[in-house]
Amino acid sequence: MTQLIKRAKYKSSVKDPGVPGILSMTMERFSFTPNDPSFSNNLNVEFRHVKGHKSSKEGVSKFALLNLTITDKVSYIFQFDTFADRELCRDFVAKAITFSSEHQHKDEQISSAEMNRRIKLLQEDSELQKLHKQFVMGNVLLETEFWATRKKLLDANSSGKAKQRVGLKSDMTFNVKPASDGQSNRVTFNLTPEMIHQIFAEKPAVRQAYLSFVPRKMTEKEFWTKYWKAQFIHSNKNIVAAAAEAAEDEDLAVFLKQDAILANEARHKIRKVDPTLDMEADEGDDYTHIPGHGLATENSKDELEAQYEPFKRSFLQDINRHAAVVLEGRTVDAETVDTRSVAEALASSKSVELAKEASDGNVHQERLDRITRMTEIEDLQASRDPPLAPLCIKDPRDYFDSQQVNTLNQLPGIRQVKPRLSSSEAYDSLKVSISEIRSVGLSDPTVSPEVASKVFNELTQNISHSKYQLGKNPHESILDTLPSITKEELLLHWTSIQELLKHFWSSYPITTSSLYNKVNRLKGAMSEIYNKLQEIKRSVQSEYRHQVSLLVQPMLQALDAAVAHYEVDQQKRSAKSAERPNGYA
Amino acid sequence: MTPVSSKQYADDVSLLMVLIDTNPLFWSSTATSFSFPKFLSQFLSFLNSILLLNQLNQVVVIATGLNSCDYIYDSSLSHTNQRAETLLQKLEEFVYKDEKLINKNDSVNGVGSSLLSGSLSMALCYIQRVFRSGSLHPQPRILCLHGSQDGPGQYVAIMNSIFSAQRSMVPIDSCVIGSQNSAFLQQASYITGGVYLKPQYLDGLFQYLTTVFATDLHSRSFLQLPKPVGVDFRASCFCHKNTIDMGYICSVCLSIFCKHHQKCSTCGSAFGQPQTSNLKRKAPDNGND
Repeated sequence: MTQLIKRAKYKSSVKDPGVPGILSMTMERFSFTPNDPSFSNNLNVEFRHVKGHKSSKEGVSKFALLNLTITDKVSYIFQFDTFADRELCRDFVAKAITFSSEHQHKDEQISSAEMNRRIKLLQEDSELQKLHKQFVMGNVLLETEFWATRKKLLDANSSGKAKQRVGLKSDMTFNVKPASDGQSNRVTFNLTPEMIHQIFAEKPAVRQAYLSFVPRKMTEKEFWTKYWKAQFIHSNKNIVAAAAEAAEDEDLAVFLKQDAILANEARHKIRKVDPTLDMEADEGDDYTHIPGHGLATENSKDELEAQYEPFKRSFLQDINRHAAVVLEGRTVDAETVDTRSVAEALASSKSVELAKEASDGNVHQERLDRITRMTEIEDLQASRDPPLAPLCIKDPRDYFDSQQVNTLNQLPGIRQVKPRLSSSEAYDSLKVSISEIRSVGLSDPTVSPEVASKVFNELTQNISHSKYQLGKNPHESILDTLPSITKEELLLHWTSIQELLKHFWSSYPITTSSLYNKVNRLKGAMSEIYNKLQEIKRSVQSEYRHQVSLLVQPMLQALDAAVAHYEVDQQKRSAKSAERPNGYA
Repeated sequence: MTPVSSKQYADDVSLLMVLIDTNPLFWSSTATSFSFPKFLSQFLSFLNSILLLNQLNQVVVIATGLNSCDYIYDSSLSHTNQRAETLLQKLEEFVYKDEKLINKNDSVNGVGSSLLSGSLSMALCYIQRVFRSGSLHPQPRILCLHGSQDGPGQYVAIMNSIFSAQRSMVPIDSCVIGSQNSAFLQQASYITGGVYLKPQYLDGLFQYLTTVFATDLHSRSFLQLPKPVGVDFRASCFCHKNTIDMGYICSVCLSIFCKHHQKCSTCGSAFGQPQTSNLKRKAPDNGND
């Protein structure tokens, strides 16, 4: 029974006389309406919230009470006229509680994100949407069941794209000549954290200087002032002036001289170059030390005095360094605003790299091994047999089968043409025919004209017939020749049948009543589709009828098998229930 | 399996590998209207006409015997004046050799089956050699003139050659001169994109050959050639070589068996227990009779 209505009195506690009224219960909720509308005791509670129930013992207490507990503090007590009434209600409540707990289990709190994903999936895939509409809206499948088999799709969608990190800018703003006010002698420059990061990444000497000078020797502002001064001097390309300034101010000299750290790094790189490569890596590759980077330029003709050497700088150097840094990418997240921490972070990352390489002594050994291996001259080596793995075929006779004689005996349906002659006689006749043709020669005419025309006719008819039937391309599908509406319908039915059958077969063996209901619903939907397919078969044009029925046949067979299984199961159930004495349905 | 489409050839030069069936038991059982000499004469005229179509065409003939296969004729090696003579000479020698290889203890049922797998492999090896000879080579294809039944023991080997022909994009045409359709050749032609034909009037075989099988691969893109209505795709099981459509497959090497085995005979992997049906779950009503 799905609903129970009884006269009862609502009591807020056991001592309470009680408000008479009507208690009505459905599977999901119960409600109490008092007879006297002036009392405001209308109750309407879902069974989901009811945690348990207690009832007074029949023989002991006077009243038939039923106590429904919601929480520790809140409970509802109902008093019934007779104990029989109370029993009925109690059973009903028990059933309702289990029912709602089952459902509660199923009604997962679907988060809004999950909902969004589902909606997005449905919008993207129209086929999925059709299936969803057909089954979930048509109350054949529950929402959760539908999505239970598609977890993979949902997961794939939910992993959003990883956030891209912002890379380094490729422009070199810090090398630009600071803006100068044409009127006065002031020069202004701007410095952003981004630029600071870039400067530290590209010029390790500056970074080193920062770490050592600030805050011991000068403040940050002074430091940057000096830096920009150095840049200004360089931008004038006056090397002599640079030397003069450097001689005066020691700190400035750091900025003006060439970057020693970079030079060291370059030298390290040269050493690590793999000599087994065919390119000649030699000191000439250490281009930082070559005037003009190995490029023939006119300017290098003028000889500079030795004291000016360290102050030369070239633009190419800077560009190359900048490019190298940009390609390397962001090694340190530039979230930190503090200049010092950025400098330290960069310094530490560099030192970690160096430490790793130093400790990796094995790498060096491996390289040496490889070098010695590759410098061997192949011609002078003894031939090395390639390593062989033994071929493992289990008894080849099993694989290629020597039972041919036996199987030929067993093969049904092949008409055994008895040879008229034994094998030696057959061979002889073959030899005779060969020698005969050698003596006689080819027959003239090769083929008689009547036979030839018969052949032509047969071939033409065959070709045109099959072209008409199957189309030009033998591998074209029959589906394409059908009108598009029929094709769409057939494909939709196919996907829906697959969905239904999936859920159907997974519900067996039936253990709970919910599965039983599900199977019933599925069976209903399957019979509908079955009828629709029959309809299609009947309605299609006569020329396509045979092919369509061939197409539809596997679907019908699958449905038949499912329905047959269902019916057999039903019979078993009814037979079983008939035998049980208490008629438990 | 989707069959491969033939390459677009700009040239119509072809290399034709013909595999003729010289199974004496088969030939001794055919009707007199289509005996071996008649077949040979039509076949030789066909070869001559192929070589006439284009100066650069090449033909190689391989004979498929009961116990062995061999090259009978190669147009690039022999003198143009005496094609038929050299071919027939070689054929006679081959038949002699084949007879010597008969194992007296083997009793052959019915017509027996010739070694199609062997000749297919030889043809494919020759074609591979041609491929490696340079970029300027005629476009190869294989023509099987076959009459004997399908030997179920050769299923695996034939399927392997069919797949390698598919990989090298060599079409296999089949002209079945026996009484029954050959499932192997149907599959071969379908998968490799060749033509399968079972002529109705065997005394007009020459007409069939020149109309359908003399077409080179370039022309096939704009010619209509006969297509079979259906192909029998059923596999044979590896234990008894019966054609089956439902069976067991080893998940390691994909060998097919018709009934449950303890272990796979090809790769030796052990199988688990078969899944028994779930009818056992409904306990038999012992007490409620």
